[in-house]
Amino acid sequence: MAILALVLGLLVPAGAAAVLPDEVLEDPVLEGRARDLSQLIRCLVCQNESIDTSNADLARELRILVRERLTAGDSDQEVLDFLVARYGDFVLLRPRMTPANYLLWFGPLLLLLIGLAGVVLYFRRRLPRPAQGLSAEEEAQIARLTGQDRESE
Amino acid sequence: MTEPATEPATKSMTKSLTRATPLPCRALFLLPLLVFAVVAGYFLWGLVTDRNPNLVPSALIDKPAPTFDLPPIEGFDRPGLATADLGNGEVALVNFFASWCLPCRAEHPFLMDLAEDGGVRVLGIAYRDRPEDTRRWLGRFGNPYERVGVDDRGRTSIDFGVSGVPETFVIDRTGRIRYQHIGPLMASDIEDKILPLIESLSE
Repeated sequence: MAILALVLGLLVPAGAAAVLPDEVLEDPVLEGRARDLSQLIRCLVCQNESIDTSNADLARELRILVRERLTAGDSDQEVLDFLVARYGDFVLLRPRMTPANYLLWFGPLLLLLIGLAGVVLYFRRRLPRPAQGLSAEEEAQIARLTGQDRESE
Repeated sequence: MTEPATEPATKSMTKSLTRATPLPCRALFLLPLLVFAVVAGYFLWGLVTDRNPNLVPSALIDKPAPTFDLPPIEGFDRPGLATADLGNGEVALVNFFASWCLPCRAEHPFLMDLAEDGGVRVLGIAYRDRPEDTRRWLGRFGNPYERVGVDDRGRTSIDFGVSGVPETFVIDRTGRIRYQHIGPLMASDIEDKILPLIESLSE
């Protein structure tokens, strides 16, 4: 049981939050939402860190901004939209689906379909073709050829 | 008697059946080569072109400049900067800088040149800086700015989508953001991008 708890504890990444005490909201529900949101927002200075874990000045200001907007009654989506309007989709650590990146989202599916089509084509060609009778034209051709042969004999 | 005659006929017929593989199917063998060429080309593009992967794509291009009203530097003889100062029929550069920012020092002479004879208003926003430091910095190296706003918490900078200093925006005559330059302006940036853009926007 202790080992299980240890393994579970290791599976959950320890939150190395950079949130300073003076930033924390009094309302635990709002603060929880702010923490969750902060983990989805990229720190534009460090670029591979969320603003929740970054110590950069800009990250701190963005954390405060997120909390201000939540306190003012913004929904989570409104807060994200606010930041995307300024910094573009790049500010989101979890990419959204937009027409610009459809290829990225559906590319693998597309490749799979191309592969499947290739396999189907390949096997259809390897299947023995069903014996087809001769067409009328071919019959006529044979008749003509054999007839000619007989005649020439 | 008829046998020798029919034999060559059937032979040629089976031959034409095996040859019936349609041409587009044969071309499929080239597909892996094509995929390889595309992928290799993509990697080559990433290696060879001197693009900077750290650049954040601009979201505000062709949008009106954000609303802001920044106070002047205390004890400095230039007014502050607000949205109302942009546009007004003149092209303007808005340069975000700080006294603690080394690359700002590098681009500073170019801003001085632009302010002197670039045919453009050079406006400044002091980013997260102490007024006395900004004052001393501008006193020491010269002041290219017609107006300087103080953005002590960086909120206006966030509204501009600024991720660090220095950054420079080209604002057209109607107050719209037309270009965002991230990092210090170098001679080549000014010659290749800024000056031609100012010229075309001033027409």
